[in-house]
Amino acid sequence: MFNSLKKSPSIKSQDAANGKKGQLADSTGSSHIIELIDICKSYGDTKVLDDITFYIRNNEFITLLGPSGCGKTTTLRILAGFEQPDSGSVTFEDNDLLVVPPYLRKVNTVFQRYALFPHLDVKDNIAFGLKLQKLPASEIASRVDQALKMVDLKGYENRWVDQLSGGQMQRIAIARAIVNKPQVLLLDEPLGALDLKMRKEMQIELKQMQQSLGITFVYVTHDQEEALTMSDTIIVMKQGRIQQIGTPTDIYNEPRNAFVADFIGESNILPGRMTQDFEVDFCGHSFVCVDPRFEQEEVDVVIRPEDIQIVSSEGKALRGVVSSIVFKGVHYEMNVDTDNFSFMVHSTDPVDPGTTVGLHFDPDEIHVMAKSDFSPDRILTISDHENDEISHEEVTW
Amino acid sequence: MKKLLKNGYMFLIFAFLYAPVVVLIIFSFNDAKSRAVWGGFTLDWYRKLFQNSDILSALRVTLIIALLSALISTFVAAITCLGLQSMKRRLRGVIMQVTYIPNVSPDLVTGISLMLLFFFIGLKTGFPTLLMAHIAFNIPYAILSISPKFKQLDKNIYEAALDLGCKPHQAIIKVILPEIMPGIVTALILTFTLSIDDFVISYFTAGNQISTLAITIYSMARKSVNPQINALSALMFVTVLILLIIVNIRSGKDSKVKVGTRGGDK
Amino acid sequence: MRMQKLAAPYIIWMAVFTIAPLLLVAFYAFSAYDAAGNLYFTLQGFRSIFSTESTVALDFLGLSSIWHVDLQVPIYINVFAKSLSLALVSTLICLVAGYPAAYILAQRSKAKKGSSFLLFLFVLPMWMNALLRTYAWLALLEPNGIINSFIGIFGLGPVQFLYNDFGIGLGMVYNYLPFMVLPIHSVLLKIDRSVVEAAEDLGANKKQTFLKVIFPLSLPGIFSGINMVFMPAMTTFLIPDLLGGGRYLLIGNAIERQFMVSRDYTVGSALSILLLVFVLASMRVLTKYEEDNAGGGVLG
Repeated sequence: MFNSLKKSPSIKSQDAANGKKGQLADSTGSSHIIELIDICKSYGDTKVLDDITFYIRNNEFITLLGPSGCGKTTTLRILAGFEQPDSGSVTFEDNDLLVVPPYLRKVNTVFQRYALFPHLDVKDNIAFGLKLQKLPASEIASRVDQALKMVDLKGYENRWVDQLSGGQMQRIAIARAIVNKPQVLLLDEPLGALDLKMRKEMQIELKQMQQSLGITFVYVTHDQEEALTMSDTIIVMKQGRIQQIGTPTDIYNEPRNAFVADFIGESNILPGRMTQDFEVDFCGHSFVCVDPRFEQEEVDVVIRPEDIQIVSSEGKALRGVVSSIVFKGVHYEMNVDTDNFSFMVHSTDPVDPGTTVGLHFDPDEIHVMAKSDFSPDRILTISDHENDEISHEEVTW
Repeated sequence: MKKLLKNGYMFLIFAFLYAPVVVLIIFSFNDAKSRAVWGGFTLDWYRKLFQNSDILSALRVTLIIALLSALISTFVAAITCLGLQSMKRRLRGVIMQVTYIPNVSPDLVTGISLMLLFFFIGLKTGFPTLLMAHIAFNIPYAILSISPKFKQLDKNIYEAALDLGCKPHQAIIKVILPEIMPGIVTALILTFTLSIDDFVISYFTAGNQISTLAITIYSMARKSVNPQINALSALMFVTVLILLIIVNIRSGKDSKVKVGTRGGDK
Repeated sequence: MRMQKLAAPYIIWMAVFTIAPLLLVAFYAFSAYDAAGNLYFTLQGFRSIFSTESTVALDFLGLSSIWHVDLQVPIYINVFAKSLSLALVSTLICLVAGYPAAYILAQRSKAKKGSSFLLFLFVLPMWMNALLRTYAWLALLEPNGIINSFIGIFGLGPVQFLYNDFGIGLGMVYNYLPFMVLPIHSVLLKIDRSVVEAAEDLGANKKQTFLKVIFPLSLPGIFSGINMVFMPAMTTFLIPDLLGGGRYLLIGNAIERQFMVSRDYTVGSALSILLLVFVLASMRVLTKYEEDNAGGGVLG
């Protein structure tokens, strides 16, 4: 089903990913509010964006997902206008966006650390953009009111910013941005500073907000769960490159390479070999699968821990010994050691350590991927090249 | 016993520090020319002081120089800090190092070096040279007052302002300026105070034609006993004292606000 | 938006008003004007400083008067030695008198949690200009001043306080004492209470705790205090000028006179350069000690 991932993903790959599920039939480009083509950006010798190409559809919730230093924030800052790419083009409704200064762009940003103006109260923070547009006072008042209602903070108009909790500051930052009715809202890890419970609540609220506003959200996060929960489309990035573009289901179920598989959820990634269509060999056995042959025989096989069933060892080809078990709330996480590999298994039925069990998985739960730089047996070489920490401290402004 | 010893020691130290100043102020109200014998209370010396045209003109020079040098050096410092922000760290470090030079080198050397500069370029010493000298020694202090505010500044708020539709200069006025305002006010008061208070550098750069209060006190003190000096010194002491207390309360308040914020969070 | 440009005016200003003047001092130390008013290169300035034509007995830390060592040196060398000995003695007195004060202040500050008004009072004179502070002493120390009038009641005196080493030294200690106390105080304040408790826990009594823990940890403060007292004491011209009654020559007012009275910029600049190099070199050495100690001593 998947061909091996080319070094530079292109629009085509996104179309393939989206089109496959049939969610996006339209490919005339008219519904693409933003298109980025071949964006490159370096800080000194460090390449932070390497040939980034993707588009953003109107009214979608798109998430740039990746570990720190993958280039996701830089991409967002290019969209906001705080950074210029070294090469490549960005269009907004088919017009060149790169020549537009940040203050004229029809996008607004929710900053990671809120960036509220400490010298203004809540009301004036939210009204900031509207006042610059020289709107009549009555309209400003009603829109501020509306925005506060939207973020559920009515009655906080005259509070000072430093009297707010983290969650409240976050809501004000969102209100300050959406009150300007941007066509695209950029959110840079907006929930990063909140505690887990608050984060969960805000995820749902943000998604609802996006739907009720009917505008495009571009969301940056390193939290894969957050991305899966909220997004229409996820762009997985690593080391300045796009690894995969797709819907949350796509990305989870059909990870394109070992990095994506490993980053999105927990997975067993093991080396395999494919000599013919719909059959893959690993752990010393042959398994039926749903993927046709690849160019290379060597492949990576991904099996999600919840897709593995623990069965009686009798008559099963793949057998192992339960080496550990941990209760995780809803399920148990067990490690089952076979001769070649230690499988992680999620199951609601506990099995005592030391028990010999059989492992079973259905053909469609075996995901076969082409070898990549991120394959387990090559993983060392990439971490050598890793240059994760790109400091935004030296921001020129 | 031990506590008594400690308190006694501190009392002696403080007596040592403040006795001369207190004596000076008391004797500025002394109705006798002696600096040792109390001859009753009078305000004569203050009255004479305000009729002394030399002193009045020195007062005018002192105030004008202090005001101008405070305004100019604070303005330059604010602009400079803004520029330093977007500079590479290493270059900024070099500039800050050079900025510290007037602070670490002796006043005497700063004074004569500026005097040599004016002499070398053929500038006759007078009001302009005095003003330039005061700006020169004030700028480092102004920068030191303002640059911490820039360090505390959330750099994203400038971008947030642009994002919400501010042009760059609007963003500076609407967002950056209010944030660094406390630093600017501190810089203004501090440089004003330092300018009034300066003697050594003024001495070398004022020339013969004009005189500041400090220079006037110096030349009077060398000549003869004159209780007007006591009166003038007392006035200057009190003025500088008040200004310093304001600076201290201000910087104290700044840090309190922050503490209060943290406290309010819970 | 590139805002670096905004720093440009100041960089130019700095070049003209900070760097150029210092270079000019070095320049004038090696040049003089001929009759036609043209500058020429000369070593005359340094030659006259080190000239052995007229010499006096070296007076360094009372070498000539107390120990009767007769060592003839050029006049300026003697002035330099005298300034150095006065600066050293004043620094030492500031340290001995200031350390206990810093210690007591630190205890008070710690007990009160935060800055104390006492500390503010202590720092305040530091900000007053030296002229006023020095002038104030004149009234006290004069032959017919307050102190002499006071001890006169008991039939003592009058004692000559002014125009001698005592008067100048007193002026220096008075002017610079806060400079010693403040850095020691702030270092003492930073010493973690648990370090002291650990020493006590390990069996050190109060005296041992102080000698083996607190004092070594406060060394960086002592070094920077010495730095802050020694430098102005070495370069002051006001104190010898006012409290020395115009008869007392230290390196500071020697330079001042070269510029303001004799108008000999060559000798004045040469003296300034020597003084500056000496002061900066000693600062450098002290700062190095300070850093070494800070690196090895204070935790965190």
